Amino acid sequence: MKSFLLTAAVAFATLITSPAMAAFPEEPITYQIPFGPGGQSDLEARRQQPMLEDILGQKVVIEYKPGGGGSLGWSELVRKKPDGYYISGINVPHIVLQPLARGNAGYSTDQIKPVAFFQATPIGLAVMKDNPIQSLEDLLAFAGKNPGGMIIGGSGTWSGHHVAHLQLSKLAEVNMTYIPSTGAAQSIADFLGGHVQAVWANSNDLVQHADKIRVLAFGSKEPFENMPEVPTFSSKGYEMYASIDRGAAVPQGTPDEVVAALEKAFIAIASDPEVVKQMREDGFVPLTIGAEEAQQYIDEKVKQWAPIVEEFK
Amino acid sequence: MFDVVLQGLQQVFVPLNFILLFGGVFLGITFGALPGLTATMGLALLVPFTFTMSPETGLIMLAGIYVGAMYGDAIPAILINTPGTPSAIATTFDGFPLAQKGMAQHALVTAALASTVGSLLANVVLVVAGPPLAAASLKFGPPEYFWLGIFGLTIISALSSGSVIKGFLAGCIGMVLSVVGMASIGGDVRLTFGFPVLQGGIDLIVALIGFFCLPEILSSVIGKRQKTYTDKAVEPKLGVIGEVALQVIKKPVLLIRSAIIGTIVGFAPGAGGNIASMVSYNEARRWSKDPDKYGKGTIDGVAASESANSAMAPGSLIPLLTLGIPGSPAAAVILGALMVHRLKPGAELFTGPEAPIIYSFLMGLLVAAFLVSFIGAFGSVIFSRIINIPSRYLAPGIIFMTVLGAYAIRNSMLDVWIMFVFGIIGFISRKLNFHPAPIVLGLILGPFIEEGLVKSVLAGQFQGVFNYMVFRPISGFLIALCVLSLCWPLIASWRAKKNKGEVA
Repeated sequence: MKSFLLTAAVAFATLITSPAMAAFPEEPITYQIPFGPGGQSDLEARRQQPMLEDILGQKVVIEYKPGGGGSLGWSELVRKKPDGYYISGINVPHIVLQPLARGNAGYSTDQIKPVAFFQATPIGLAVMKDNPIQSLEDLLAFAGKNPGGMIIGGSGTWSGHHVAHLQLSKLAEVNMTYIPSTGAAQSIADFLGGHVQAVWANSNDLVQHADKIRVLAFGSKEPFENMPEVPTFSSKGYEMYASIDRGAAVPQGTPDEVVAALEKAFIAIASDPEVVKQMREDGFVPLTIGAEEAQQYIDEKVKQWAPIVEEFK
Repeated sequence: MFDVVLQGLQQVFVPLNFILLFGGVFLGITFGALPGLTATMGLALLVPFTFTMSPETGLIMLAGIYVGAMYGDAIPAILINTPGTPSAIATTFDGFPLAQKGMAQHALVTAALASTVGSLLANVVLVVAGPPLAAASLKFGPPEYFWLGIFGLTIISALSSGSVIKGFLAGCIGMVLSVVGMASIGGDVRLTFGFPVLQGGIDLIVALIGFFCLPEILSSVIGKRQKTYTDKAVEPKLGVIGEVALQVIKKPVLLIRSAIIGTIVGFAPGAGGNIASMVSYNEARRWSKDPDKYGKGTIDGVAASESANSAMAPGSLIPLLTLGIPGSPAAAVILGALMVHRLKPGAELFTGPEAPIIYSFLMGLLVAAFLVSFIGAFGSVIFSRIINIPSRYLAPGIIFMTVLGAYAIRNSMLDVWIMFVFGIIGFISRKLNFHPAPIVLGLILGPFIEEGLVKSVLAGQFQGVFNYMVFRPISGFLIALCVLSLCWPLIASWRAKKNKGEVA
């Protein structure tokens, strides 16, 4: 019913607007969000939708396919015709970790062809302000003295938060307990309610609750712009990069000129000064990574995480 | 605060805003009423339109949709025994028997008035005590979710009139069904039989349509009710509105208790209207002087369920507006709309420069609650005629809508097949005297209990799982409720005996 309404709306809209004539696209594009409405992936797509329509001269229809932490939507994507008319939001590390951790994720990472990455969300580790733990060193010292007693929440299993937890545990040689939640909202609620001692969280959530919490470290390469005083893990000697990177993708096998047209549109939006400004205010790091570089980045991540997943699986 | 409240009200009565609020309520009722379409979908569909509106106008329209949908789901629950959204399951228990007695209009008017009262009371709570209550909502941690789920399960003994064993067996089947798909904690993929779509689990709406709606249609095709959908035709009269209003007003305790339950369940992040209305229905029956009339068609049952699920909506906005933590899926969509309009959740939202916008939204919710009564009461004259349509026309129409609804959830044909399989199971199990409600209750509560338990075991291993799960104030309270609830049949029969003794 919903897609019927959308199709009707699109049909109507195409009647009243005159489509620009270009080789691609010649018909409306479906932009799939593999999560529920209202989440960050949705918000970003909603911000892009009118701009994509302007640049591509075609209607862009947003469709939700939530389930399985995104895997449902991505298994749908790789079954679609590789013609560029069905694109999907993608998240790293999700698309890398799910096939590594589960034999039956429904898709494999190399079936997905990235078009661009437009947004990074550094993952941080935080405690409440009233916690006696003042720094990353304090936290790790506590964890060293109390094996399993440092209880840290996060969103999801084999997610960016989970792998960051495993990486830090391994690098610092401590044993800490990870409590996964079904979503970031739930894990933040558990944290603010004192049900866990610390939390792995995305930069935008940490920015939102900045007045109540103390961020101990960020998983970004450079210090995070909104909180420059917070150190990065690598500056503290733990070589790890923890971030949720959002982008868009098409099925592997999509013609290069189609990928290039989509890439150009996404990069143009991500470079728009107003978009950049809003993203920064909300606690994100704007990215303009094109198709080729995005593919290299994904390949690199596969190599980096395969041994960690293998070890802790 | 008083002047921002007034400012907010003024905004709502700006002609454009009021028209959009009215339209929103109407659209919300439609989305709520069509099985398969939910408040969440209605909101998600309309959010993009708010981008070009002023924040006040956009939020007022969304308020209308949210409030309208909380009532709309009662319409099919009453008329065709199919909850329009999971929140209205408990509405079917008495709503449909009422419709079968030819009193569909009475049930519809009750639902509208009770929705208004529930929504109104919860709104007052939200406006007056939002920020402090938000802090309380954070006290709900993994053990509390576990015990809330267990408490929900004890309702089965009340739902399964007749055989409690059959009820619990059905509840277990529901819990097993809830395990299908990817584990919320741990990510293991379970019981998908090789279908990737099943990784997302069995959708609640698919199960609802399957277990509630299709068996009714099958019995109307195969059974005795071939000519008409219900036993008696409805003759709607405007006079019924006043008559029912008088009856509903005489039950302030029932309405207020239901609204409080709805508000509390709403502000616990993650729990939704389905649990609110079930718990409220159960309590209404428990404290009633005449519990046997429940399930046979009493307006008290409809009022309890609808007052609670409508109160849930403002309740779920408490943690959303003050902490940025959505209390329900629909609230998550509203969070998206707030972010787009650069409104950051937090206590400052109520006191800072954006306060007039937020109060327009809150007043929108308030006025929408009255519109629901207005549209619902007068609409009942039209809606209730639906069941006078001969079933040979009505049944195919409903099946068509259900197929569309099941498919629309995630654009998957498999969901439609699952719905049909559940429909056949539901039809057979009804012949064997299994009520479908415990199955669906198991499906709803399964994830709660699982997530609460797994997280509690992980988080509590250091200090002892038992200590962690039991010795907490809210946990203790919920455990006491569970024990009371389980022992209630004994207490009730003791009371009945004592009363008899006095008479004799």
